[in-house]
Amino acid sequence: MSAVPPGGVIDDGHDDVRPESRRLEAALRGLLLERGVFTEEDLRRQIAATGARTPLLGARIVARAWVDAHFRDRLLEDAKPALAQGFALDLEHTPEITMLENTAQVHHVVCCTLCSCYPRNILGVPPLWYKSREYRSRVVIEPRAVLAEFGTRIPPEREIRVVDSTADMRYMVIPLRPAGTEGWDEDRLVALVTRDSLIGVAHARDPEPTPD
Amino acid sequence: MNASELPPGTRVRVRTGDPITHCRTPRYLRGHCGTVVRALGRFPNPEELAYHRPGLPARVLYQVAFEASDVWGDRLAEPSYRIHADVFEHWLEPIGIDRIGIDRIVADREGSS
Repeated sequence: MSAVPPGGVIDDGHDDVRPESRRLEAALRGLLLERGVFTEEDLRRQIAATGARTPLLGARIVARAWVDAHFRDRLLEDAKPALAQGFALDLEHTPEITMLENTAQVHHVVCCTLCSCYPRNILGVPPLWYKSREYRSRVVIEPRAVLAEFGTRIPPEREIRVVDSTADMRYMVIPLRPAGTEGWDEDRLVALVTRDSLIGVAHARDPEPTPD
Repeated sequence: MNASELPPGTRVRVRTGDPITHCRTPRYLRGHCGTVVRALGRFPNPEELAYHRPGLPARVLYQVAFEASDVWGDRLAEPSYRIHADVFEHWLEPIGIDRIGIDRIVADREGSS
């Protein structure tokens, strides 16, 4: 089926930006600054704001949803107001967002076959492989094979749902809460929620076996 | 739900065609049938926005569920699954109501709340 070596889809580097892309970006940035479309200060502030959004925020949201059923329900019903109230997040001028709950019956995996739509307003910058032609083209036709390359096994009876973010809605996954975490508080659960589990290419981490 | 919107469970066919414009309807879904999951709201038309036009009136965007075996046919090498994609109203042609689809969507919603 696949022409890539095992794990081949998971290239996480950000170093292979093509030189012509760099030149194009520099030329466009120079023009926009010169024409006063935005200032250096605006640019710096936007880079800082984007950099401040990391998967840790997504992990906190998921941990809260795991321990607080009322918050989870509101999050699934309408994410932005729930996040404004629960996390003081102002997402008003950012794309719409829908949360997808992974359960014992359904496993969601998120992609954007057209470009690189990703819940940046919560998770920040996507991994490089998310934008690769390979991930985008393969996950919609062989999701189980692609997930297996990430080391993610989905039981055969569990339905897979590939969510292609083709337009104005962004999608984030609430992974299934790992077994053996009963009674854990929110702070402890946060460490189990990885970036990849927030878009459904992985499960949340299993807890380390503890001596007690 | 707005009265002019397609209700969940409506069977739709994605229009074919290859307009020379920026367009948010993936080619792999064009010409295929799916079931409306829900309307996601109204958004300016990206085919207009790309040319610095206002894109108004805003168009209804639908989340549509497709059966992978319908989309890929013999090329599918895995057990079938569903693909959910968001498609604008002007790319959809209603072709009927899918009773089974409605039951599954209702069951999903009850299961997730």
